[in-house]
Amino acid sequence: METRRTPLYDFHLANGARMVPFAGWEMPVQYADGIKAEHLATRESAGLFDVSHMAQLRIGGADADAALERLTPTDVATIAEGRVRYSMFLDENGGVLDDLMIARLDGELQLVVNAGRADHDIAHLRANLHDANLHGANLHGASLHGASLHGDVTMQVRDDRALLALQGPESPQVLRRLGVDLDDFFFMQVGHFSIGGIDCVVTRSGYTGEDGFEISMPADLAVELAERLCADESVSLAGLGARDTLRLEAGLPLWGHELDETINPVTAGLRFALSRRRREAGDFPGAAAIMKDWNDGPARQLVGLLPQGGRPVRDGAELALNGTIIGTVTSGGFAPSLDAPAALGFVDAALATPGTEINALVRGREVPVTVAALPLVPHRYIRG
Amino acid sequence: MLRYTEDHEWINLDGDTGAVGISPHAIEQLGDIVFVELPEAGTTVSKGDSVAVFESVKAASDIYSPASGEITEVNESLLDDLTGITPDRAHECWLFRIKVADAGELDELMDDAAYSAMIA
Repeated sequence: METRRTPLYDFHLANGARMVPFAGWEMPVQYADGIKAEHLATRESAGLFDVSHMAQLRIGGADADAALERLTPTDVATIAEGRVRYSMFLDENGGVLDDLMIARLDGELQLVVNAGRADHDIAHLRANLHDANLHGANLHGASLHGASLHGDVTMQVRDDRALLALQGPESPQVLRRLGVDLDDFFFMQVGHFSIGGIDCVVTRSGYTGEDGFEISMPADLAVELAERLCADESVSLAGLGARDTLRLEAGLPLWGHELDETINPVTAGLRFALSRRRREAGDFPGAAAIMKDWNDGPARQLVGLLPQGGRPVRDGAELALNGTIIGTVTSGGFAPSLDAPAALGFVDAALATPGTEINALVRGREVPVTVAALPLVPHRYIRG
Repeated sequence: MLRYTEDHEWINLDGDTGAVGISPHAIEQLGDIVFVELPEAGTTVSKGDSVAVFESVKAASDIYSPASGEITEVNESLLDDLTGITPDRAHECWLFRIKVADAGELDELMDDAAYSAMIA
């Protein structure tokens, strides 16, 4: 498969990035300073991440809310203009097909979905919302732009846009220095802003556990904006490596690791993403299975894991207690802010209490691991 | 006599005993090293055996013995400060010494010029 490049590819190379294939894209895993330094710079000041590999979709039309509600457990109708909601596509068993952000701006819904699931998600939207006479149209490209879907619904794949994430406690000051007025603009809000003269769509959100912003702009202005942001001495470039260690510490799930078709939102600790109206109506995909776990408690549960002795425990390692397998590690590595290894994984619900001592099986040996509450590093979102 | 493997280990043979480490290129590729597991002195190993592990933030990497023989000494002081394992110190950062059973095994390894060409 041909790997794709974001509009910032040459910018990354010029800034010393090490590029790796990721979800069909060539992306910077780190720059010269390395993952630990980029991670800590984001926690202490501000990190700038290219997340243009994530797909930006626009869903419009009078039936857009109802269309998305058929695929998600989200009360889409109550997402107010200028607000953002975390959501997920569910299958009929309650498994998670992908997680996504839904923003309402200018009366339309703006979606951001995972890069590795973009083709799946676009096909899923088409298959479920699509007007029969458009079957056979290409997923990408002009054929879909403005394509009319089932009822009064339109979907547009915004591959003419780039996406940057500016994350960390200094992020608001960085934007203010570029003339952005952030008064009355808080966590999970979206709006139009001019950043140094470039018209952007900005959400106050991210995937690091820090205050921060995700900034969408026309692809041909991405380098100019990245250069403007990097000119601020508070800002360090940060790659996918740091993005992963930051989200791991923040306890944020990554599809393919903490989320997939075999994991439902209750098991993954995402009860907050099941809107009250939708729970009461039980009218979302997989509602029966999910509400059973909601009421009875899930059989297994996502937890933080703190390995003892300094050796990281990686994705796929089994978790055991007294010789019995009681769980699996789904993400693991080193947590720079803890200066220690850390992991996420699923364990039998009876063993999910923080402080429980279990073992990870690493290379045929048992590594003692302590169950820990999530997040491992506190979130520092700025709420209104 | 300094030789390199295709897996980026180096061995510096002095008499019948060689110090073993990993190349500057390998250290650079690993990135931040967060955990190192070394072998135990007295262990007999075969060429190609996994004898040590380097863990970076992202991944675990096996270190393979460049020769068969007995591990005679292990550089435990390396573990005191993992940030000291840097590309420019790669040849000081030996992991262990091995008493080589068959020096002829090293003929299959690369000299500095051949290794430099491989990673170029």
